[in-house]
Amino acid sequence: MADLTTNFIGIKSPNPFWLASAPPTDKEYNVRRAFEAGWGGVVWKTLGEEGPPIVNVNGPRYGAIYGGDRRLIGLNNIELITDRPLQQNLQEIKAVKRDYPNHAMIVSLMVPCEEEAWKAILPVVEETGADGIELNFGCPHGMAERGMGAAVGQVPEYIEMVTRWCKQYSRMPVIVKLTPNITDIRMPAEAAMRGGADAVSLINTINSITSVNLDTFAPEPTIDGWGAHGGYCGPAVKPIALNMVAEIARSEVTADLPISGIGGVSTWRDAAEFMALGAGNVQVCTAAMTYGFKVVQEMISGLSQYMDEHEMTSTSEIIGRAVPNAKDWQDLNLNYIAKAKIDQDACIKCGRCFAACEDTSHQAITMSDDRVFEVQDDECVACNLCVLVCPVENCISMEAQAAGTIDERTGKVVEADYANWTTHPNNPTGAMCNVLPDDD
Amino acid sequence: MPNDIQTSGITDHRLTPSDYADNFSDLHAPLSDHEALVAADRCYFCHDAPCMDACPTTIDIPLFIRQISTGTADSAARTIFNQNIMGGMCARVCPTETLCEEGCVRETAEGKPVLIGQLQRYATDGMMDKPHPFSRAADTGKKVAIVGAGPAGLACAHRLAMNGHAVTIFDARAKGGGLNEFGIAAYKSVDGFAQTEVEWLLSIGGITVKYNSPLGKSLTIDNLKADHDAIFLGIGLGGVNALRSEGEEKNNVLDAVDFIENVRQASDLGTVQIGRDVVVIGGGMTAVDAAVQSKLLGANNVTMVYRRGKDRMSASLFEQELATSKGVRIIYNAAPVRVTGNGAARAVEFAHTQDVNGKLTNSTEVFMISADQVFKAIGQTLNGAPDGLELDGGKIKVNEFGQTSDAGIWAGGDCATGGDDLTVTAVAEGRDAAEAINKTLTAEG
Repeated sequence: MADLTTNFIGIKSPNPFWLASAPPTDKEYNVRRAFEAGWGGVVWKTLGEEGPPIVNVNGPRYGAIYGGDRRLIGLNNIELITDRPLQQNLQEIKAVKRDYPNHAMIVSLMVPCEEEAWKAILPVVEETGADGIELNFGCPHGMAERGMGAAVGQVPEYIEMVTRWCKQYSRMPVIVKLTPNITDIRMPAEAAMRGGADAVSLINTINSITSVNLDTFAPEPTIDGWGAHGGYCGPAVKPIALNMVAEIARSEVTADLPISGIGGVSTWRDAAEFMALGAGNVQVCTAAMTYGFKVVQEMISGLSQYMDEHEMTSTSEIIGRAVPNAKDWQDLNLNYIAKAKIDQDACIKCGRCFAACEDTSHQAITMSDDRVFEVQDDECVACNLCVLVCPVENCISMEAQAAGTIDERTGKVVEADYANWTTHPNNPTGAMCNVLPDDD
Repeated sequence: MPNDIQTSGITDHRLTPSDYADNFSDLHAPLSDHEALVAADRCYFCHDAPCMDACPTTIDIPLFIRQISTGTADSAARTIFNQNIMGGMCARVCPTETLCEEGCVRETAEGKPVLIGQLQRYATDGMMDKPHPFSRAADTGKKVAIVGAGPAGLACAHRLAMNGHAVTIFDARAKGGGLNEFGIAAYKSVDGFAQTEVEWLLSIGGITVKYNSPLGKSLTIDNLKADHDAIFLGIGLGGVNALRSEGEEKNNVLDAVDFIENVRQASDLGTVQIGRDVVVIGGGMTAVDAAVQSKLLGANNVTMVYRRGKDRMSASLFEQELATSKGVRIIYNAAPVRVTGNGAARAVEFAHTQDVNGKLTNSTEVFMISADQVFKAIGQTLNGAPDGLELDGGKIKVNEFGQTSDAGIWAGGDCATGGDDLTVTAVAEGRDAAEAINKTLTAEG
């Protein structure tokens, strides 16, 4: 079996699967069982400063979006940071770390944006023997209204300032957790780097209202007739998270900044995808909340099998491997010509490809009286919609046209050479287009 | 000693009351809300869906299933009833495995179609205790007589009522529903559903039903013509084919349709007389319904004998498997030669048959099967059709609009040409005849 041992910013763990700072990591009882179940590391649920405990709502904290068969694909929460006393959390962290020295123990922190507050909490966390800290600059509800969480994460200057304090007053590695509720994820990532962060982790949850009760006309989850936005997570957010991870990984400025990938990781494959786009490890929450700690067993076996099948011996062989292939649109090869091809033996004649192409796209699929569906190459632009709506895997595929053949749609010869938009004759700005405006 | 399955001869109370209750409960339990959502999620919402094409009433199946999946089952029911006002009964009795579910692309893909029939029942059941979803158009002043309160007549009446015509249905029996009430296995329509559906259908208003009014005696086509602007005949097939075998006249050689009616109308199933050894002759749905219910009533040995091969049987594979799963033995390729017994049937002698290019010949080899009761289920015949109407193949000849050779008379259901002797085709024919009648009556102004 492949070796899944991971070294993330000097923190070693038996595998790259960490539990994210969230309800499952709020106490010793859970974290011990998580380690026993196989999780490689844990980011302890966010600690606040010493004082009266945090108060949570006493009604529903979670809302959900379902796919077929009531499969939970999106989760929204309005829970705040830990509502247990600071000292109790610190004692438990110390005890668990003592008993699990080879597992990663990270402590998530969120205190007011004041130097003294950070100066006060850092030594007591360091005293627990934890492997590192994660700065919660992402929580989008409740704490943000009090000037913490996402309120910090949305202001790059604050990120840089607080990160610098943490590096100044602690010897622990610092991971800065980023909020996706911004327009360009590279800005907060660069700020974290300037502040000296050892890594960033992303994404935190996305501002969301999951649903509206149409009897009471209240957003859900509803507390006594009212609802507030919460933070969205789960499988549904994965594409957003993947893009943000890739944005940081492929930016020249932040290319070397380690990333802990978070956002809808539910299977080994999701994890491998995050890692391929530059994440050194992943953090999981919703999958564990939905199915329990045991899901990590599938992640471990799946990633091992994949690595064995591809003759990889270390997770470092996956990490960042897709980054060079993540480009801007203007870089894509416009001379690449593909056509949809329908495998008639696999076709079950549902006609969804026809409906999709007829009503959405290019009227490039014909339907005969006896329900035979055929692609018309002279209309097909290879948009891929038919592939996506077909319920049968591999029934419809996109086949590249060989160089030298004729594209029946345009009547032109398929060129062997790469050519993109920046040099395309139709580009009114010509070569200027590929130069992005500088930040400064 | 109380009777049991081994008690010889014909008797009652072979089983305990709880056995009867179990045996005659719903063949398919209704789907729960969650089960319905799971089943609905499997629908691919096909373009120009094959299931729709396979439905004789052309229900928009993908649409109604999507309506279920979005939590609007009443809208789903309306989609169904728009095309098939007896969608509730059809959900129970349609051979879906040879209609919509055979067409389902998931049958092609996985051998497991979407549970269209059960989803249809889920949607339609919810409407039965709600206000009737359709209303009558303004009264046209036109009057239509319908003979037969079976699926064809009721579907015709409902559509005519929607169009604002005044409808009177005449039925020979004391209850409506036709074969839904009298001719279908009890476990397919439990809890008096046939009557519930008739009452619900009639609640649109504008339909008067006169029971115990058979065509022939005081009620004639001429009377009806005098008082009405159009006539629709949905009289079904009242006769039963003869075995044409020696000994057919012996006691306890019975028509399967009468037996099925007795079972359906019994207030206490324990009182229904059933033999220890029962032989059913025939290969259609009636034969299966008779054979299975014989077994469920406690007959020890039930044998269904069909003269041709398995693939020629008009009962679907599902029905055949249902029969064998209940313990019915099916013998293919055998034809009755004679019924033996002294006064009452004791056994049936069969000859093996050979089917050569559709032509059957009996071999000289014969075998005997013990039989306290013999149920004949070899087809029904038109009985009591009005004189003067052109017939075709023993049925009332109709054109594509359901019109007979008499321009003022339409016909549909089992009595007319063109159908498949299914509830669902009868509903389609009744509905379409109503539209044709409406067109004729309104064109006349």
